[in-house]
Amino acid sequence: MPATFTRHSVEVERRDPGIGGKPPVDRRPTGGGGDGDNWDDHQSGRRGPRELLSRYRLGVLFAMAGDLMFFVAIVSAFFVRQSAGHFDARDNYVSDWRPLAVPPILWLNTAVLLLSSITIEIGRRQLFREIDVMEEWLGLGRPAVKRAAPWLLATLGLGLLFLAGQWIAWKQLVLAGFRFDSPDPSSHFFYLITGAHGAHLLLGLVALIAALIGLSRLKRVELRQIAVDCTAWYWHTMGLFWIFLFVLLVWFQ
Amino acid sequence: MSRIFTTDHRRLGVLYLYLSLAAVVVGTLLSLLIRIHRIWPDWRLPVYGLMKPEDYLALVTMHGTLMVFFVLTTAPQSGFANLVLPAQIGGGRMAFPRLNAAAFWLAVLSFVVLLAAFFVPQGAPISGWTHYPPMSAVSASGPGQGAGMDIWLASIGIFCLSAWLSAVNLLATILTQRCSGMSWTRMPMTVWGWMVASILTLLAFSVLLAALLLLFSDRHLGSSFFVPMGDLVNGRIVGHGDGSPLLWLHLFWFFGHPEVYIAILPGMGLATSIFANFARRTVRGYRTMAGMLVAIGGLGLLVWGHHMFVSGMNPYAGTAFALTTMAIAVPSTVEVLGWLALLSRGGLRLTTPMLFALGFLSFFIAGGLTGPLLAQPALDGYLHNTFFVVGHFHLVMAMAGVFSIFAGIYYWFPLLTGRRMNELAGKLHFWISLFCAYGTFLPMYFSGLAGEPRHYERLAGPATNFAGILANERGITFSALTLGAAQLLFLWNVFHSARRGEPAGQNPWQATTLEWAPPDAPLRVTHGPYDYEGFSAVTKQDTFSSEEILCQWEAASKQE
Repeated sequence: MPATFTRHSVEVERRDPGIGGKPPVDRRPTGGGGDGDNWDDHQSGRRGPRELLSRYRLGVLFAMAGDLMFFVAIVSAFFVRQSAGHFDARDNYVSDWRPLAVPPILWLNTAVLLLSSITIEIGRRQLFREIDVMEEWLGLGRPAVKRAAPWLLATLGLGLLFLAGQWIAWKQLVLAGFRFDSPDPSSHFFYLITGAHGAHLLLGLVALIAALIGLSRLKRVELRQIAVDCTAWYWHTMGLFWIFLFVLLVWFQ
Repeated sequence: MSRIFTTDHRRLGVLYLYLSLAAVVVGTLLSLLIRIHRIWPDWRLPVYGLMKPEDYLALVTMHGTLMVFFVLTTAPQSGFANLVLPAQIGGGRMAFPRLNAAAFWLAVLSFVVLLAAFFVPQGAPISGWTHYPPMSAVSASGPGQGAGMDIWLASIGIFCLSAWLSAVNLLATILTQRCSGMSWTRMPMTVWGWMVASILTLLAFSVLLAALLLLFSDRHLGSSFFVPMGDLVNGRIVGHGDGSPLLWLHLFWFFGHPEVYIAILPGMGLATSIFANFARRTVRGYRTMAGMLVAIGGLGLLVWGHHMFVSGMNPYAGTAFALTTMAIAVPSTVEVLGWLALLSRGGLRLTTPMLFALGFLSFFIAGGLTGPLLAQPALDGYLHNTFFVVGHFHLVMAMAGVFSIFAGIYYWFPLLTGRRMNELAGKLHFWISLFCAYGTFLPMYFSGLAGEPRHYERLAGPATNFAGILANERGITFSALTLGAAQLLFLWNVFHSARRGEPAGQNPWQATTLEWAPPDAPLRVTHGPYDYEGFSAVTKQDTFSSEEILCQWEAASKQE
């Protein structure tokens, strides 16, 4: 039901201040209040059992927002460089941009990365299954950890597979005559983009290993959750970034 | 060791201020060498000897880099935020203390790496803090473009990571650590300033990092992002393809312009807080003032092209950037009018922090008014490579920024040491600094209008024929030397007062923000950004009594 049907008590008070038709005294110094929310007792920020988790998630979110700008800058440079050219002595427009044929193995790598996102998500959700978490809280063993660890290991394997695949793609390109220092700007961008993303993914692998160690070492349930949760969000973000970059490399050359 | 490798945000804040102090000392000495060289170009330095043209350019580059990154970005943002932000939002701790410490040590590493550039073969980088290619992209293009340039790239790359971690920590802290009752509209204005500056840091420094990566790749990996086809440097054709130097300018200024606001927004927030405190009023139009800080940050991301009017950019793009740039004047004017409204009813207590905040306002107006002039592509075409621009950014960014740092140090000093800084020395420091800062940077407007070029190692030929240019130069140099010397007074005041200063008590300024709350006060914000339960608990046991505060206030005013 829309809120307008029932007038809130505060609203009634403001409409009819009972001081002989004079305008109501608005006692809001800077804001808040009046909308039914009790601002005087309003808890700001986040509190409660998930506070720590949401704080770390926010940290990952902000870090990834900055990282997104990093890739956006490189992609902007890609488009600028693609459209750069000059006029030769006969007034012909000359562009040195030769589209690079993306090695087909990248499709396989993309599939592997998508798969790894699924495995890490399954692993992440294992740590939040209420029954298991309750058992861990009560000290009745570590079912969540036992369920999650294989999935994280699978992700680790798939991540390594992806990086190996990227390496093979580089090798294929070199064989085809596209080295980093060859004069083609498209190949500079290919190496730069896949290299920067690969470095990020390598960092993700380090985080995965750290999370796996944390799963066995960390005593508190919520810390184990944080380790896996933040790694997973980072991993998903890198998957998303890769889709974005892959589409760029395949269709926008 | 635990005192140094600490994760305590207060200690880190102090360490950040020490880092800035080291940078400002080096940067100031470099700038004084620049000024001396401009009036006595043939003077031999005591140990070094004659200063060569490339040395002059290296001084300009290193002065700019040190001041922009390690002073104007580091002190107001990371330094002050670490010192007071957790207390000011009633949280008492940072969201990620270890991340915070890592950010600080990365900044130190970056500083040390930068200074190393002085000691490599061919010397420090020479192409200005903006490092325009193609020169900066070609190691062989001149002295300082070799190892010095690489060191600059490495140093600033590390600084990007440091600023980035610091911003992540600050944003998460502001979002999650606020105390009960501190809603968005009850945050002190300083917190708004830090928050907007942190968002800008995340967005802008990432782009700079990408640009540095591309430039590094151009220099060492054989790519050609920034070097145009057939470019001839030192008689050799360099570059491999149709690179675009303009691309670097776009990427660099997409960082470089927001950087200006990263430096000034915390100062704006701080000035608002200090004005409100020493005028004993609540912030006029709080929501508008906070909104305008956000608007300045948002618009600040859209104006980078006004640094590139003379670069050969498409003139239609110039028109668009002129419009967005002039649009920034609107929120800035609203801020200034808000401050004037706040100050308009008299009863100001002119303590040293208040004086420095007023100085900030004065520089913000004096430097800011020339912003819309430079926003005109036609005017900028004439003024861009003259001292007019130097005067503009030194007044609005450097002096306003530094005065806000001084205001912050004088204001929060009792919080750190439990002692007050010497008021007489502080006021003397303020007045000398104010007059000498104007004496240094205001004449640059006139010499710029007369056509004196910047980036020139020495004046010769037609430029010196303008009547009074050289006299003007001399005046600027003497003023700058006095300005530098006056800072010794400040240093003496800091180190003397830290040990011997007059004890300050719990809340010497009768400030209403939470960082001054007594340790056992209940931290719950009840009414506005400058009104919390603990404050009323101190002044009167149960209820908030404005009469009581007024009496204290008048008593304190009479003591001044």
